[in-house]
Amino acid sequence: MFAATLIVFRESLEAALVIGIVAAATRPIAGRGWWIALGAAAGVAGAVGVAAVARSISQWAGGSGQELFTAVVLALAVAMLAWHNVWMASHGRQIAAQARDLGKSVARGEVALTAIVTAIALTVLREGSETVLFLVGIASSANSSRAALAIGSVLGLVAGGAAGTLMYVGLLRVPVNRLFVVTGWLILLLAAGMAGQFARVLIQADVLPALASPLWDTSSWMPDDSVLGTLLRALLGYQAQPSATQVLFYVAALVLIFAAMRRAQSRRPAA
Amino acid sequence: MLALLSLSGPVLAADPEVAIQLHEHHFAPSEIKIPAGTKVKLIIDNQDATPEEFDSFALNREKIVFPKSKAIVFIGPLKPGRYEFIGEFNQQTAKGVVIAE
Repeated sequence: MFAATLIVFRESLEAALVIGIVAAATRPIAGRGWWIALGAAAGVAGAVGVAAVARSISQWAGGSGQELFTAVVLALAVAMLAWHNVWMASHGRQIAAQARDLGKSVARGEVALTAIVTAIALTVLREGSETVLFLVGIASSANSSRAALAIGSVLGLVAGGAAGTLMYVGLLRVPVNRLFVVTGWLILLLAAGMAGQFARVLIQADVLPALASPLWDTSSWMPDDSVLGTLLRALLGYQAQPSATQVLFYVAALVLIFAAMRRAQSRRPAA
Repeated sequence: MLALLSLSGPVLAADPEVAIQLHEHHFAPSEIKIPAGTKVKLIIDNQDATPEEFDSFALNREKIVFPKSKAIVFIGPLKPGRYEFIGEFNQQTAKGVVIAE
């Protein structure tokens, strides 16, 4: 039963943290809770759909379908998160300042929300489809009790949700004038982590070279499966033994998105 | 049954292939030896009726293998050493190690 808990927790952790961070980042936008819920629900529906056709997908491209599909989902999510950050860099202050002017802020808010909600849906879809496949597999296995499986999985989901909630609550304690900066950084790191994962799946499919692999080995002081390691993996994309190409993509995403954010900020008309 | 084939084409040499089976939630063989510094094509044959996820932090690989089908995972080039992998959906029994030497 706890095997199910752990697996479902790990899969849901990244999605839950993304949702928690985004919920805090979009705090001044009225009605964003509904949009976020919609994104998550779309992700769940998508996850079930993907799991249903996952076998066919995996046979695409000479057996690399799974990796290519995951790569596309990750690339889109990175683009959405980057778009959000760039958009906030150019409009963030206006949203906070004009929060009273409901008409304008809602319209602006919806533009900002589209990107974020899509990113949430994509992340939930990606992590969720693996979880659905796992659950289907266990449910059809003769050895396990379905009740134990169900309870274990719900526990894992609750634990993941708790982590996301903790992140959200923690972020709400950040002073409002710093909140956008902090969430901007968190989202930037999430995007970089996803860029690293993008590289990893393409290395696995032999589309990209690994180069030095591993580039470093920190598994003795921060193992991937430790509690902190799991958390850092979800938040920062931490890996104890990453390939050099992954690190390259990670750093490139950080630098490029940050540069785009700075550029958007400096072009903003004077308040 | 360790199968290590090295195929040479006229222009390129294909990567060596290693076959591994998943049977009753156990990997067979559970210990795979590959040459260090070589990219290897791992072919995982899931003979069970449920999906499994080939998962390795050390190898930096993660792939779902569907029931009664095969999946391909490229690993390496690796420095000499031991690299553990598991079947994430059946961690108690599905365990193995890649030894690069």
